[in-house]
Amino acid sequence: MAVVFSKPKALTDAPLHYCPGCTHGIIHRLVAEAIDSLGILDRTVGVAPVGCAVMSYDYFSCDMVEAAHGRAPAVATGLKRAMPDRIIFTYQGDGDLASIGMAETVHAATRNENITVIFVNNAIYGMTGGQMAPTSLPGQVTQTSPYGRDVKTVGYPIKVCELLSGLDAPEYIERVAVNNVKNVMKAKKAIKKAFQNQIEGKGFSLIEVVSSCPTNWGMTPQKALDWVESDMIPYYPLGVYRDKSAKEAE
Amino acid sequence: MAKVLMKGNEAIAESAIRSGCRHYFGYPITPQTEVAAYMAKRMPKIGGTFLQAESEISAINMVYGVSSAGKRVMTSSSSPGVSLKQEGISYLAGSDLPALIVNVQRGGPGLGGIQPSQSDYFQATKGGGHGDYRLIVLAPASVQEMADLTSKAFDLADKYRMPAMLLADGTIGQMMEPVELPEEKTDGFVEKPWAVTGTGGKREHNIINSLYLVPEELEKKNLERYERYKLVEQNEVMVEEYLTDDADICVVAFGIAARVSKNAINAARAKGIKAGLIRPITLWPFPKDAIKKAAEKVKGFISVELSMGQMIEDIRLAEECRKPVVLCNRVGGMIPSPDEVLSAIEKAEGGEF
Amino acid sequence: MAKLTFLKDVCKGCGLCVNACPLGLIVLEKDKINKKGHSPAGITDESKCVGCASCAMMCPDCVITVEK
Repeated sequence: MAVVFSKPKALTDAPLHYCPGCTHGIIHRLVAEAIDSLGILDRTVGVAPVGCAVMSYDYFSCDMVEAAHGRAPAVATGLKRAMPDRIIFTYQGDGDLASIGMAETVHAATRNENITVIFVNNAIYGMTGGQMAPTSLPGQVTQTSPYGRDVKTVGYPIKVCELLSGLDAPEYIERVAVNNVKNVMKAKKAIKKAFQNQIEGKGFSLIEVVSSCPTNWGMTPQKALDWVESDMIPYYPLGVYRDKSAKEAE
Repeated sequence: MAKVLMKGNEAIAESAIRSGCRHYFGYPITPQTEVAAYMAKRMPKIGGTFLQAESEISAINMVYGVSSAGKRVMTSSSSPGVSLKQEGISYLAGSDLPALIVNVQRGGPGLGGIQPSQSDYFQATKGGGHGDYRLIVLAPASVQEMADLTSKAFDLADKYRMPAMLLADGTIGQMMEPVELPEEKTDGFVEKPWAVTGTGGKREHNIINSLYLVPEELEKKNLERYERYKLVEQNEVMVEEYLTDDADICVVAFGIAARVSKNAINAARAKGIKAGLIRPITLWPFPKDAIKKAAEKVKGFISVELSMGQMIEDIRLAEECRKPVVLCNRVGGMIPSPDEVLSAIEKAEGGEF
Repeated sequence: MAKLTFLKDVCKGCGLCVNACPLGLIVLEKDKINKKGHSPAGITDESKCVGCASCAMMCPDCVITVEK
């Protein structure tokens, strides 16, 4: 018998601290699988965010840097400029990337910085206990929107893929989800492409992964994935928002 | 090597390049923009990086990235911009990363003005960002020192694995003087086995990090860091003493204030007043011993500053309140004239402290 | 014919693998409690498993190794 599925080498043996059913674990694995399959583990440097994934520096077995909140794309820019032959990725949540780090995100994208950005959108601040995120849905109840997100006073959620695809520069932007096996397989392909693009020197690739937060959504892990399907994905449509090389090839 | 005529800000940039710095990140702000402009011209020609960041915050975090990779890197700004960098500076300190931050100070607080100032002394020497940490702070008083101390700052930052700051001011940044630039540094760089350059499949992964959730571990990290700081205090104090041997009145000043003070001291000497100058070149570590020693024989101290009196607190701490210390200052972009300093010296000589 | 190996003590009992299995072979073993205090996932009838690895793909904690 041959092993058809096991833990990738780009993950360490450290047990993940995430809550039961948190999809960060799946997304970590997909990133690690991409690194393994491209044979780049020995020359990859990851940048961890502030938020639930802050300790991902212990989970990825490549070299890791922990960045200040929202600053990962700037740190990654420094790493890439210092080491153009290394593969640099950031792993960021919605508060990190789309709120406090929006400037860093937009400008790394518009420089077409040759890095890979993994953006985990679970519509909430998880680490601090469930506050409203820039991507929380209209009406979504959180600790800081206890009566539901009121778009009249706090505005609408930010659709990162749509926003960034308004820029001329970025190479690749895709939104995926990890709520079922089929979507996980699509996400795996997208994440691998985002790394492959960097290897080929194509530039900025961002994969938004619509994911869940069972604990702070107050749902069972499966119910949370069902909510991703019923509520998140309709607001955040999945698909490729930018594939510059493919378009130029047409 | 022959001397060349350069602006202070340009001397910083060229000296940084010769010190092996190939990565510069900045954001335009007066009166330090010449550093960025110089780097923008030179870096592409020597295979280096010049990048105008989207903000000071991004610039310092790009610095954090390059430093994590184990390479020499710098950013420069002026006071309001340096405030924005404080988050990143705290993270550099907390992750034990070397880097050079240049502050060509202007008047504050807030947007302040664009004329020279020394009112970021507290920010530079007492922390600036959150948490317990120190910066090595070097205060140039000439274009030559802009070059020399830039080079020195890189060496010290690497040696002690901590960020260093060149605390200049708008006058020194903008003035032109002949300068002898350092030789191109080609060897003697510190090994950085901690850098995140990719494991190469040969070692466990390196992690650059300032997060320690276990308080015992974080305490240990802080204590270790302060052991290192102790070594800096023991080994790296730099100070110039001018006519202090027989001085009754001791002026303490750094940067442009020290140059003005020297003129005033010469004028005082011509009038028969025994005045001398202690010029801290390192503001941290502060030259406590020189001040303490002077306190044994002088009548008192005059702190000449382009601030409302910041360094004066360190002078008082160093001389342990043995002798009076008065402030001679101008602020808001104004510089005390030699006559103003002379007048302070004359008052002190007359016992007016 | 497939073989599943579960790292029982790593499992957090979230049950995502249970829903992922197209053949309904995965269960949370309610009579067991692992080191973390969860009822870990396991397979009821391994002889029916086709080794599609759907369970492993949905597992956030890399609990399951699949051989075929």
